[in-house]
Amino acid sequence: MQFWRVPLDTEQIVVSKGIVYIIEDRCKGCGYCIEYCPRAVLEVSERFNSKGYHPPAIKQPDLCVNCHYCEAICPDFAIYSLEAPAQRISELSIQ
Amino acid sequence: MKPAVLTGEHFMDGDSACAEGALAAGCRFFAGYPITPATEIAEHMAKRLPELGGVFIQMEDEIAAMAAVLGASCAGTKSMTATSGPGFSLMMENIGLGLVMETPCVVVNVQRAGPSTGLPTLGAQGDMMQARWGSHGHYEIIALAPASPQELFFQTITAFNLSETYRLPVLIMADEVVGHLCERVIIPDQSKIGLQSRPRPKGRKDRFKPFHPGANGVAPMANAGEGYRVHLTGLTHDEKGYPVMTAEAHSEMVSRITGKIRANLSKIIQVEEYRLEDADVALISYGISSRSSLAAVDEAREQGIKAGLLRLVTVWPFPEHAIRELAKRVQCLITVELNLGQMHLEVQRCAGGMVPTLLVGHAGGTVITPARILEEIYVGSGRG
Amino acid sequence: MNNNRSPKHPLDNILRIDRIPHIWCPGCGIGTAFSSSLIAIQSAGTDLANTVVVSGIGCSGRGAGYVKLDSYHTTHGRAIPFATGMKLANPELSVIVFSGDGDLFAIGGNHFLHAARRNMDLTVICVNNFNYGMTGGQAAATTPCMAKTTTTPLGNPEAPFNLPLLAYASGATYVARWTMLHTRDLIQSVGEALARRGFSFIEVLAPCPTGYGRRNRQKPIDSLKLYQEKAIVKNGANPAEVILDFKQGITLGKFVEYDKPTFSDAYERICRPRAS
Repeated sequence: MQFWRVPLDTEQIVVSKGIVYIIEDRCKGCGYCIEYCPRAVLEVSERFNSKGYHPPAIKQPDLCVNCHYCEAICPDFAIYSLEAPAQRISELSIQ
Repeated sequence: MKPAVLTGEHFMDGDSACAEGALAAGCRFFAGYPITPATEIAEHMAKRLPELGGVFIQMEDEIAAMAAVLGASCAGTKSMTATSGPGFSLMMENIGLGLVMETPCVVVNVQRAGPSTGLPTLGAQGDMMQARWGSHGHYEIIALAPASPQELFFQTITAFNLSETYRLPVLIMADEVVGHLCERVIIPDQSKIGLQSRPRPKGRKDRFKPFHPGANGVAPMANAGEGYRVHLTGLTHDEKGYPVMTAEAHSEMVSRITGKIRANLSKIIQVEEYRLEDADVALISYGISSRSSLAAVDEAREQGIKAGLLRLVTVWPFPEHAIRELAKRVQCLITVELNLGQMHLEVQRCAGGMVPTLLVGHAGGTVITPARILEEIYVGSGRG
Repeated sequence: MNNNRSPKHPLDNILRIDRIPHIWCPGCGIGTAFSSSLIAIQSAGTDLANTVVVSGIGCSGRGAGYVKLDSYHTTHGRAIPFATGMKLANPELSVIVFSGDGDLFAIGGNHFLHAARRNMDLTVICVNNFNYGMTGGQAAATTPCMAKTTTTPLGNPEAPFNLPLLAYASGATYVARWTMLHTRDLIQSVGEALARRGFSFIEVLAPCPTGYGRRNRQKPIDSLKLYQEKAIVKNGANPAEVILDFKQGITLGKFVEYDKPTFSDAYERICRPRAS
C-alpha cells in the first residue's frame, strides 16, 4: 500500500486481513476474481484443474483484506476468504 | 357457520355436490377460473372455503390455476380445480408436471361439446381420450366418470383418496348434464366418510429420498416447510429428485410412475353391472350416457331382449379385464358415449375381435335418448 | 494459500454440494446472482426449513436445483402461480422465485402482472441476461433493439420491456435493479425483500457469454466493465424514467418501496366470514 504521507492515526487504525481459499475444481476460469480484487491479490495460474480450466493463483497473499469480493463475485462458489488476525497499518509492509 | 360435511338430505346440482364432496374430503385450497359449465364449482368453493379456514383464489387463467393447485399440494394442502374443455387443454402441461412431481390433486372437467369453444352450455363426453393422453409423454392417469350429483359427491371424495394414495392428479370426467342436474344428494355423517392422506416419510430428514418408492410402489411425500429440503423438478429425475439426463434414468422414472398404477389396478378400477348376468347384448357406458343406457336396458328386457349394462365408474385406467371377460360371454358390445367413438376404441381393443362392437354416439350437445340406444340393441341382438 | 483438502465454502451448508460444479457457463452472471441471493438467505435469520425456492425453465431456473432448501423446478413461466399456491397453502413459508427474464416476462408475463397486482407476499428475483440462454441465445422480451440473437440474426427489431416500470405499474411494492457486479447492493436488496411482506421484485443484470455476449461483442469481462462504467445508481428514481442502454447508461437502484396490504391481508379481512 502506498502512502503519500504517513497518516496521523497510523498507530490506531487496524486493517482487516484475510486468507484466500480456492476450491480449484469448481473454478471455470472466468477471471472475475482476478480482475476485481481491489488489492490485486490474485493472478491467473498456469495450472489446469480437473476440468481443464486455469484457476486463480494467489500472487500476494499478505495484501488480502478479507473484503469477500472474490467470494461474492465468483459465479462458481470456488473462492472465499476467511478472517486472519488483524494488523495495525504501522505493521503492514508498506511499499 | 356451516360445517365441512353437510350431513343430511339435499336437493342440489352436480357442481355443488362436487364442491361439497371436495370439502368433505378435506380439500382446503381451490384455484380456478370461470368457465361454463364448471363455474358453479368455483363459486361454491369461493363461498364455503373461507368458512372452513381454507383459501379460494380465482387465478388469471387455467394454466395458473393448475400451477397454484400443484403448489398448494406441495405445501401439504389437499387442492382442487375445476374446468371444462378449453381450460382442460390449457391445464395439460401442468398436469404432466403433477404426474412427474407425483403431486396429489383433483382436476374436475365438466365436459361440454368441443372442439374449441364449441357449445359452452351443452354437454358432451368428447374429452375422454384427452384425459388419458392430453399431456405429452407416456404416463398413467386415473379418471372417474360420475353419472349423477350424488355420484359427483362421492366420486370427488374417492378422487381425493386415490390422488393421495397414489400421488398423482386424479381427473373427474363429469359432463355438463350431470353437473347441472338437480337431484337428491344424501351426505352421510362425517364418521362414515373414509379419507386417505399421502404416505408420510419416516426416518432421518437429511437421508430422505423424495422418490424412493414404498411397498405399494408409491414414495412417501414430504411437504414444503417440514425440513426435508426436497428438490422437485419436471426434469427426469432420480430417487433423490435430482435431474439425470440419461435414457436409463428416464426409463426408471417412467416405469415408476406408470408402475404404481399398473400394479394396483384391482384396487383402483371400479365398474358397476346392471342386469349383466345373463346378458346377450352388453352396453358399455359412463356418465350421463349411462343413465339413458339404463332406461334402454329396461325397455329391451321388457321386449324380451337380454340386455345389460356395464357402467364404467373408473374410465382410466381402462377396465380391460372386465371388458375382456364380458366379450367372452356376450353376443355383442355396444358403447354408448357422447362422442364419435373414444372409449369405444378401448372397448374394441379389449374385445379383440371376439364379438361385434357397435357404437351409439354423436358429437354432443344433447343427451343420447334411450330410444336411439334401443335401435342399436335391436341391431346388436339380431332383431333389427 | 491453497487448501487441497476439500475446504468448506461459507455457502456449502445451503448448497447441494453433490451437484457442484453447476452447469452454468464460465463467466455466467447467474452464478453470481444466485450466490448473492444465497448469502442474503443465509444471513436473513429466518428458519431455513421454511424457506422455499421456486423456479421456472431456463438457465436461471436451474438455480432451484442447487440450493439445499425445499425447491421446486416447475414449468416454463409458471413459477409464480406455483409459488402463489404454495404461499397461500402455508403462509409460514418464505417463498422466493428465482428465474430468468424469458421465463418470467414472456411466457410468464401474465402471471407476473397478476401476482404483482395482488401484492402476493413473494420475493421475485429475475436474472436478466437479455436472451434465452438455455436454448442457445434467442431473442427475449428484454433483448435490446438491434442486438444480434439466433432468432434475430440481422438485429432485433423489437424494443425491450422496462421491467421495473412493468413491476411498479402492476402493483409491486418493492422494485429494485442491480447488476451481478453490484453484489453488496444486491445482497442487501434481497435481504430487504425477504424481510418485508408484499410483492418484491429485483432485476439483476447478468452477462450471458455463450448466448448473448458472444453475438454482441461482449466478452464476460466486457459486460462487467460496461456495468461498471454505465451504471448510474439512482435510488428512488421514477421507474418510468430508468434506462437500460449499453451506450447511454444503466439506471440501478431501489426504485420503489412502500407498504400495502398483501393478498392474504385483504383476503383475511374481507373474505373470511365475520364471527356473529
